[in-house]
Amino acid sequence: MSAPLDLPRWADTVLVPAISVTAAFLVAGLVVLAIGENPLTATRWLLQGSLGTGEGLGFTLFYMTDFIFVGLAVAVAFHAGLFNIGGEGQATLAGLGIALVLNNFTFLPGFLLIPLGILGAAAFGAMWAAIPGYLQAKRGSHIVITTIMFNWLASVLIVYLLVNVLREPQSMNPETRAFPEQSYIPFMHDVFAAFGVEIPNSQLNLTLVLALAAAYFVWLLIYRSRLGFAIRVVGSNPSAAVYAGISPARIIIIAMVLSGALAGGLAVNELMGYQHRLLLEFTSGYGFVGIAVALMGRAHPVGIILASLLFGILYQGGAELAFEQPAITRDMVVVIGGIIILFAGALDGLFRRLVAHLFTRQKLARA
Amino acid sequence: MSPAIELIAINKSFGAVHANKDVNLSVARGTIHGIVGENGAGKSTLMSILYGFYEADSGEVRVNGKPIAIRSPDDAIQAGIGMVHQHFMLVEPLSVVENVMLGAEGGAMLRAGEAKVRAELARLAQDYGLEIDVDATVGDLSVGLQQRVEILKALYRGADILILDEPTAVLTPPEADALFGLLRSLKEQGKTVILITHKLREIMAITDRVSVMRRGEMVATVETAETSPPELAELMVGRRVLLRVEKAEKTPGAPLLEVENLSVVDPRGVLRVANASFTVRAGEIVGIAGVAGNGQSELLEAIAGMRQPVLGSIRLEGQAIRSRGHNPHRMRQLGLLHVPEDRLRMGLVPAFPAFESAILGFSHEPHLGRGPILDHDRLIADLAQKMEQYDVRPPAPRLTSSKFSGGNQQKIVLAREIERNPKVLLVGQPTRGVDIGAIEFIHSRLIALRDAGVAILLVSVELDEIMNLSDRILTMCGGKITGERKASQTNEQELGLLMAGVVDEAA
Repeated sequence: MSAPLDLPRWADTVLVPAISVTAAFLVAGLVVLAIGENPLTATRWLLQGSLGTGEGLGFTLFYMTDFIFVGLAVAVAFHAGLFNIGGEGQATLAGLGIALVLNNFTFLPGFLLIPLGILGAAAFGAMWAAIPGYLQAKRGSHIVITTIMFNWLASVLIVYLLVNVLREPQSMNPETRAFPEQSYIPFMHDVFAAFGVEIPNSQLNLTLVLALAAAYFVWLLIYRSRLGFAIRVVGSNPSAAVYAGISPARIIIIAMVLSGALAGGLAVNELMGYQHRLLLEFTSGYGFVGIAVALMGRAHPVGIILASLLFGILYQGGAELAFEQPAITRDMVVVIGGIIILFAGALDGLFRRLVAHLFTRQKLARA
Repeated sequence: MSPAIELIAINKSFGAVHANKDVNLSVARGTIHGIVGENGAGKSTLMSILYGFYEADSGEVRVNGKPIAIRSPDDAIQAGIGMVHQHFMLVEPLSVVENVMLGAEGGAMLRAGEAKVRAELARLAQDYGLEIDVDATVGDLSVGLQQRVEILKALYRGADILILDEPTAVLTPPEADALFGLLRSLKEQGKTVILITHKLREIMAITDRVSVMRRGEMVATVETAETSPPELAELMVGRRVLLRVEKAEKTPGAPLLEVENLSVVDPRGVLRVANASFTVRAGEIVGIAGVAGNGQSELLEAIAGMRQPVLGSIRLEGQAIRSRGHNPHRMRQLGLLHVPEDRLRMGLVPAFPAFESAILGFSHEPHLGRGPILDHDRLIADLAQKMEQYDVRPPAPRLTSSKFSGGNQQKIVLAREIERNPKVLLVGQPTRGVDIGAIEFIHSRLIALRDAGVAILLVSVELDEIMNLSDRILTMCGGKITGERKASQTNEQELGLLMAGVVDEAA
């Protein structure tokens, strides 16, 4: 018997993560101090670079869009009791899906081509996740192992295709030709300009709206729908699922398909929203950040949006910081990100227990 | 002579739960002392403090009159206290000698220690009649003998005071009798025994004195000879309870569930149910008596469609169930509902709010929502109503399922199944871990269902429960149905023999 962790909802969802992040920043500050820089100046640059300017904010929100998609992808699988490490590979394949659709249906108008491209991304991401899902469900191959292997497969597959098949004959670069212009998802600054509002230029595009819609969809799916109920039963108590007549194998495959489709959103934002061509390593490891985002957001869409914002700030602010204070390299920024992941994910239970302890002591004192 | 054990003003809290409140207990040397109480009354916490798993927040422990600090099981063993857990702490692939030696090897090399263990075991066998094949592999021994190994382990470590936690939960009646014989001979040799149980019959049969706990407090300690089961039950619950539900004679109707030559093999290829055939009629409760692990669970799960039988057929209301349509979903649609044996593993989802656990197995029902979306307000309102009908406490549909007591969890599961008007109801261990007050309620509900014409198949390891509720009783042993008796024409001894696999002369 262990002490029950009775926490008010607000403490569970706001207070504990806030303490984790604060602790992480304090430790990160010590690291900055150790290399002889002033942590306060560093923090100022970090915030200034990510939130202080309109342009910086745009980039922050652009990264946030990526992280929301991959965070949701990890979360959906997580609710079914699956650890999908394969967001990276699923997003890569989604990029392939986008390129195949957009460069083969160049004759379609934008209002058809854009949704079709998004569907292509979702379908290819889903397909790449469905295979490990199937192997887990029917063969018992562990999803962590298979999704990691599928990341490597995706990465070598895309190199092969871009070098040997999809590359433009005259080009030296391993990338496809540019997508047709009507398939570009509009930049936010262009959208605002259409309404007569000037905002600074950045990579931020309308995919952010899609990401927020996806977050709402995931909330509705997981917490309100019959399918989500079945997913959570399988994730939380597989033998109860069998008792209830829910097939765990079927649910595992469905959850992985949804997860892979969501990971495809990363490719939509990066390729249809910004790069406008398929190129190598456009996922930049963000698929893995999704794991941290989902952990920190406690697999809840609202938490994921907030965690994505935090990581957006870190990525954008970190880039500015590395630029302004050369002693703090990009690698240092990665270290800081790692510390946050450590505190928010692995050490989360520690703070939770501490807070729960304080709360029960207070309750007893009042009683 | 100072008492063997004295606990003075023990307090222990887990978070907001005050598990032991100013508990005092005095156990005289050379006696068998029973401790009874409902689940969550604080018996296990108290014994865990005595055995050093927990430290008390305040209070004093005295052994043989001397105050001592018990911070770990090692300290307890040093003080001469031994414990036999409900779930055995044995290494199955090792032999009896090796198990006894474990943790008391006496040096880096085993030979010397082993010789000592053999000598000591021989002496214990002689003194207490604790005979056992010391070279047998523990995994091959019967449950009763495994328990004997646990007792030997404690005695080998010099235990003068033996704590037994629900020792008969896993035993057949004859094995339980053998255990009681052993406990008596331990007592005669001057050992002190503390027996934790919720079976009042056992308390009456074997203890000298009995202490009753309720909600963390020690409410009474009485001489066993001067008390009675109803009095103890009342002390445990805090109000008068019916130990036996009234049941009128009733002629059963048409056969609703017919099982023929059913055989079930588990995923490891072990035959768990062999050629089971029986019928359950409308308005009849058929009880399956047996020691846990003799195929009853697998039989229920196979009928419910959770496992595919390898052989045999099942008919519901005369209609054969084809193996393709034999899944839990379809069986529910046909009116066969199931209260599973293991609430926490199957009956509900501990992490879910109660109103979600209350639709487990029925989340597809159209009236629970619109299209693919569930209507939470409606689920909450539905459960609030059921909670009132079934007296679930607290009546809070949003509360996490795991936070209800066992009895209230069971009521939530029962309400879910019963309110859907079953034709056939499978019930597994309906009162395991359920307090006496709730048992009374659950039993009367099951009788009411039977009177309303439902065919009920009841599996329980509590023989009392089987005998109280059933119209007919089947006994199971080693996956086979070993006998069938009318409940009114049999007794515990006869059922005990059948449960132990003695060939049924009457069949």
